[in-house]
Amino acid sequence: MTRPALTDRPAAAADLPRRAGPGSAPSARRRRFRGLATITLFLLPALVLFGLLVLAPIVLAAYTSLYKWNGLGGLPQNWIGLDNFTRMFADDVFLGDLRRGAVLIILSLVIQLPLALAIAMLLNQKMRGRAFYRLLFFAPYVLSEVITGVLFNMILSPESGLANQILGAIGLSSLESSWLAEPDTVMMSLFLVMVWKYFGFHMILYLAGRQSIPKELGEAASIDGAGPWKQFRYVTLPLLGPTIRISVFLSIIGAIQLFDLVWVLTAGGPIHSSETMAVTMFQFGFKRSQIGYGSAISVVMFLISLVFALGYQRFVMRRDTQGAITTMGDQR
Amino acid sequence: MTAHVRERTGPRLGMLRSISLHTVVIILGAFVVVPLLFAVIGGFKDTGQLSTNPFGLPSPWVPENYTDVLFSGSFWRQLVNSIFVAVATTLIVVGLSAMAAYVFARFAFRGREFLYTLFAMGLMFPFAVAILPLFVLLRTLGLLDNPFGVILPQAAFGLPMTIIILRAFFRTIPREVEEAATIDGCTSFGFFWRILLPMARPALATVSVLAVVASWNNFFLPLVIFNDPNWWTIPLGVQQFTGQYSADTARILAYIVLAMVPALAFYAVAERQLIGGLTAGATKG
Repeated sequence: MTRPALTDRPAAAADLPRRAGPGSAPSARRRRFRGLATITLFLLPALVLFGLLVLAPIVLAAYTSLYKWNGLGGLPQNWIGLDNFTRMFADDVFLGDLRRGAVLIILSLVIQLPLALAIAMLLNQKMRGRAFYRLLFFAPYVLSEVITGVLFNMILSPESGLANQILGAIGLSSLESSWLAEPDTVMMSLFLVMVWKYFGFHMILYLAGRQSIPKELGEAASIDGAGPWKQFRYVTLPLLGPTIRISVFLSIIGAIQLFDLVWVLTAGGPIHSSETMAVTMFQFGFKRSQIGYGSAISVVMFLISLVFALGYQRFVMRRDTQGAITTMGDQR
Repeated sequence: MTAHVRERTGPRLGMLRSISLHTVVIILGAFVVVPLLFAVIGGFKDTGQLSTNPFGLPSPWVPENYTDVLFSGSFWRQLVNSIFVAVATTLIVVGLSAMAAYVFARFAFRGREFLYTLFAMGLMFPFAVAILPLFVLLRTLGLLDNPFGVILPQAAFGLPMTIIILRAFFRTIPREVEEAATIDGCTSFGFFWRILLPMARPALATVSVLAVVASWNNFFLPLVIFNDPNWWTIPLGVQQFTGQYSADTARILAYIVLAMVPALAFYAVAERQLIGGLTAGATKG
């Protein structure tokens, strides 16, 4: 019954009529009042917290993004219209953020997710120690971004970092690099750390998805003469569709909002070559007290996430609520 | 699957396949494990050994890196802060979400789907988007350098996921249970408190574990809210320590290893709830 969180659109209100069912007149009215009171009392605290700390900030960001404001004094005074936005789209750093975000997303979709899928398929087979490997591959996901970042700062350090030491020891010293300190290699290094931290999470998703596929389907395909590859291609992969679509979604949203890991690893450097939107926003909003401009970046991040999320739900995940594949999943 | 392959290709090819399969998994396992081992063992070296003897065991072993951290007050202080923030966040987010999810799952009223969709939309907006205005807002409310400046926003941003998971679970509890309780004179609140919550213990455990992990690893929000070192949580402490001892790699390694221990211990204990919660939305169509 747990529908996918992200596709959970208003379900058919099957229990509507029951509640509103007829009763003896006076007690029905009293019960209705009681019901309304319960609804209000139970819903209000969550609604207040959510409205005040999630929705209000987004509105506030839209408001301050129209001002030039250093954050001091009561409300911003210096209204400048859309200047913050025109400035943003003329700013090479911000445009670079968009490009770098796209690079990370593409690398993720082309390398990280297929890797996670392949490992999940391997670990789904009977092999010694697979429970251990599953535990191990997922462990980095539990560690905080800060710990991961600091650890890889040591490993990728140009002077005597472990990565260079290993390359030297196996005779590949020509591949030694200053990794995070070099504009040419910093994005690749960042991506490597992201794979280390996150591929286990996607693997776990795929494993769970794989295990919810009935065994009989694979058996039936194999009786029909499908080899392992054909079974994967024509049975497993299509049935993993919903899981893959969610994993892609989370991966893209994560890349749009990426901050912690970058901030700890490189702070966006060298010379902006690993900066993301969130880092640029942080630099202007918190370090240089240009709250108006920082808010404008927040607003654009919000709009990009919103448009992407709505579009993705509308055009990609939509399939998950119809069609034979998922209906079958539902009935099980 | 392997069994079928073996039937068709004969035992030798099957074995070859399983060996190559193992190789891939082991290589990837090394990719994950080597950095962690490097940190644990490196913490027992001194910085000189780290560059002269990067792969071997430490000689001599230098436990001072670890013991210095363990005997410093600041590490324990951060640990206590992290625990306090995580527990408070979890209590608030699970409490409020359970109440809201109960209403969403069990009552019919105008605007229900609108409100539910409003909450669900919150899933798409993690801290990064709202952090700057949130900071301005919390400054106005006087919540900077106050633990509730971190706890309340964390709870607010945790609501969508928690409500969605709990609502789905509450819906699976048969209506007959509620009817029986009502006939026995149970009020809505009595049903919620004495019957629904105890029945929902597995789901509550799952969402609590998710909330604890999210709070424990949160960096962005504490970074902008806590200026006062007395309130720093572990991620902030790690970052500060790294800046302070930037030349002393071994000491930093020891610090981050100790900072990893609580998270890994928690993972070991709550693995099932954690993975169950993370995969709940993504698999069952």
